[in-house]
This record gives sequence, structure tokens and C-alpha cells, in this order.
Amino acid sequence: MTAAVGGWTALQHLCDLDGWTASDLEGLLDTAESMAEILRRPIPRVPALRGRTVLLLFYEASTRTRHSFELACKALGADSLSLAAATSSAAKGESLLDTLRTARTLGADAVAMRHPDSGAAALAAAAGLLPVINAGDGAHAHPTQALADLFAVRRRLGRLADLRLTIVGDVLHSRVARSAAQGFRACGALVTLCGPPPLVPPHAGPALGARVEHDLARAVTGADVVMALRVQRERQEQGLVPGAADYRAGWGLDAQRLQSLCPQALVLHPGPVNRGVELSPEVLDLPQAVVGEQVTAGVAVRMAVLYRILESEGAEGA
Amino acid sequence: MALRQKAVILDADAMTRALRRMSHEVVERHGGVSGLWLVGIRRRGVPLAQRLAAEMAAFERAQVPIGELDITLYRDDLTTSHERPQVGRTQMPGDPRGKTIVLVDDVLYTGRTVRAALDALIDLGRPKQIQLAVLIDRGHRELPLRADFVGKNVPTSRLEVVEVRLRETDGRDEVAIMEQVGATP
Repeated sequence: MTAAVGGWTALQHLCDLDGWTASDLEGLLDTAESMAEILRRPIPRVPALRGRTVLLLFYEASTRTRHSFELACKALGADSLSLAAATSSAAKGESLLDTLRTARTLGADAVAMRHPDSGAAALAAAAGLLPVINAGDGAHAHPTQALADLFAVRRRLGRLADLRLTIVGDVLHSRVARSAAQGFRACGALVTLCGPPPLVPPHAGPALGARVEHDLARAVTGADVVMALRVQRERQEQGLVPGAADYRAGWGLDAQRLQSLCPQALVLHPGPVNRGVELSPEVLDLPQAVVGEQVTAGVAVRMAVLYRILESEGAEGA
Repeated sequence: MALRQKAVILDADAMTRALRRMSHEVVERHGGVSGLWLVGIRRRGVPLAQRLAAEMAAFERAQVPIGELDITLYRDDLTTSHERPQVGRTQMPGDPRGKTIVLVDDVLYTGRTVRAALDALIDLGRPKQIQLAVLIDRGHRELPLRADFVGKNVPTSRLEVVEVRLRETDGRDEVAIMEQVGATP
């Protein structure tokens, strides 16, 4: 949800990357570059958002996303307020909005939220209570993760246009894959989706403007970037994926495979990694693994998003 | 708000002479260029710092390190101003501790930009000394600040706008006073 104001894109909410253009994305990544400079300082803190409070509302487990939002708030001088996940399953929509009302009363200026239901962020944004940053909603979107991936890749390769990105894994249930495919495609990358057919149905391709290729070797040959997705154990229990050994045999990435199929490709993983399933342990130590940089990139892009949303909010601060 | 050019108060030659004099003043005050940094406040302070450094290089035969300071994240007037500048990059030539830093900007007006720049600079480390060089001092301070080196003092009305145009950013060198059309002082 963006509106152009005098050449500057004011950001009200960030629910997904729908409608984001290459120049919107590149502009945000430029802001994130400035934020990354702050993070390299001995005292990584600026007063840009002093006096602002960001509610971190996580209805689902998260380590790196929540912590990187916390660090992003700290670095910009904002306060963060973590609300313990309200786990009541009844009337989720209502309780979510009530929680936001409470947070607003307590002085929150924005909310970064993660929710198991797809569309929860959009619902919260539509309520108009607070600016909403989606930190992952169901299988829908995880825009700040996609921004972090774009940032890390642009850093390494110097560009995003015309890159070939292959996403390997449980595309069907992955908000990371959806947002990454959207973001990279908007920036001019060619996206290929790969994985076991039940998890990468043919209709996933056109919906994300991507090519579907179930054979790993064909999917990653010539790729500039390979993104491995986490294989969720509960999907195996649902019978959608073969066991870990079979998954590894068909779609697992190890150093040898990467070396023979796409020796130059960067390797991304949104974490946490199931070592020995989607990625072999040695892959994380290869120079082409960007997994560690993805984490630092996450703080920089979340700073950029918070700044863009909050600097245009409210009129005090002069 | 429409603006009309009222007068050119500094042309290219006058600007060069002012910068040349300022560069000599800085070096004289500092007794050389050792331990001296010129740090431009983005955007127009940066090319001005480069020009001061070029002058100093010509007569001191030494290159003074140049830094760039972006103060967007330190401003206290973001939500009240209409323009929303893109956040730029801060780049320093090293660790500022122990250095004498001359902050360089185009216009000194309310002092709020300089206040933000001081905060931004001190967050990077503790310099030995910070001084301020501005091409134009137009008065109307809102904070207890003054410049150490001034290209030209220009009495202005608050309704006027001082526009510094530089080759690097605007294609030519001049300083003009702009007045609002139809404004009553």
C-alpha cells in the first residue's frame, strides 16, 4: 500500500510486495544501505525515531525476524514493545484487532506482526488502527524477508535485473517463496520454482510469474541464486513430502551438487536450516552461502521499512 | 509558493575567492593541515568541502581527508517539513577520534542542520575539536551556534530563500536570494 508523494513513496503499511516496482524496491534498498552503514558503527544508534514505539506482535514462533525488528527499533532510537502471543484460537480476527486497539491505547505507533493465518496483516491494516508491517502471515507473504534477500543479493552481485533465481522446496506453503518470487521478479529476475510436485503445483508458476521445474538439476543449472526453503516436518506428517532421506536425494543441496550444477550461484536460506535435509551442513560454510548476510541484511531493511513508515506518521517531533 | 530571483549575491568568481580565503583561514587557524578533516554536510556541503580541500592541496601540498555526513536521521524537523529527503550515506575517512573536524555547509540559517550534524558527528566518535565553515551566513539563528569561517554574511528576511548553486549539483556556481512572489514582509 503505497502512495507517491513528490517523488518519494510514502509507505503506510507493508503487507506484501503486491504492486511494488523495481524502482520502489531499489529505493528502499538504497535506504537500507544507509542503515547498514549505521549498523557498522561502534555505537549503532541514531535518534531518527526517538519517542516512537513499535509493537512486536508475534502469534507464531520466530527468532531472527523478531530479534531483527527489535535491533532495527533500537538502532533507530525507537522503543519496541513485545506482546506475548495471544494463543486463543477462538475469534482470531476479533482478538487481533482488540489487541491492536489496546496497543494503540498504550502508545504504539506501528505494529510488526506475525500471524498463522494468511491475510491477517491485511485485515489489521484495513482496520486502520496502526501502520502494519507484515512479519509473516500464514502462507501468504513475508515481505521484509524478501527485502533482506534482495538486499543481500544486490550487495553480492551488484544488480538484480536479469538474475536467474531458483527457489527449491515447499513453495506451496511458503510465504518466503511467495514474497521472494514477487520481489525478485519485480526487479527483473527470472524465477524458477522447484521441489516435490505436491509442494510445487503447476499453477504456482503463473501465479508468481515463475517457471516450474520439478527436476532439481534442470532447475538450478545456470542459476545465479538458489534459495532453499525449510522443509517443515508437519508437511511430512501430512504425507505431502517424502521422508527426509528421499527429500535430500531429490531436492537437497550439497556442495557436490552445487559444484557440478551451478558453481557460481549464491545460496540463500531463510532459516532456520534443517541441516542435512534441504541443505547439507558444509554448504553453509561455502563462500557462496549468503545465509549469514541475510540475517544482518534483515536488520538493515527492517530499519528502512520502519523509518519509511514512521517518519511520515504523526506531526510531532519538531 | 512561487519564488522570484531577487539578486545574485555571489557569482562564480566571488565564490572561488571566498572559498580560497576560507581555506587559508582554516589552515592558518589550525597551523597546518595535520590532523585536519573536512566533513561536508550532504548534499551541497560535500562539494564545498572538496573545493576547500583542493585549495589547501594547492598551497599546502597535502591532501586533507574529506568526509560526508548525512544528517537526515538526526533532523528534528522531518515531520514538519514538506520535502522528504532520501536518506544518504555517511562516509568518514577513518576514526574521527583525536581529529580536528571542520564541518562544511552551504548556508547557516536557524542552526538546526548544524545541531543535527554535531550529533551525527559525535555519534561516530569523539573528535578533538569541531569547527564550522559555511559559504553563506544569513542570520536568524534559533540555536546558540555560530560559524568559525564564513564566505559571506548576508542579511536576509525570513521570507527570503538563499539558493546556493554549485557546478557539481546545479551546473553552475552562484548564490542567489529568492523572494516570495506577492508576499508581504
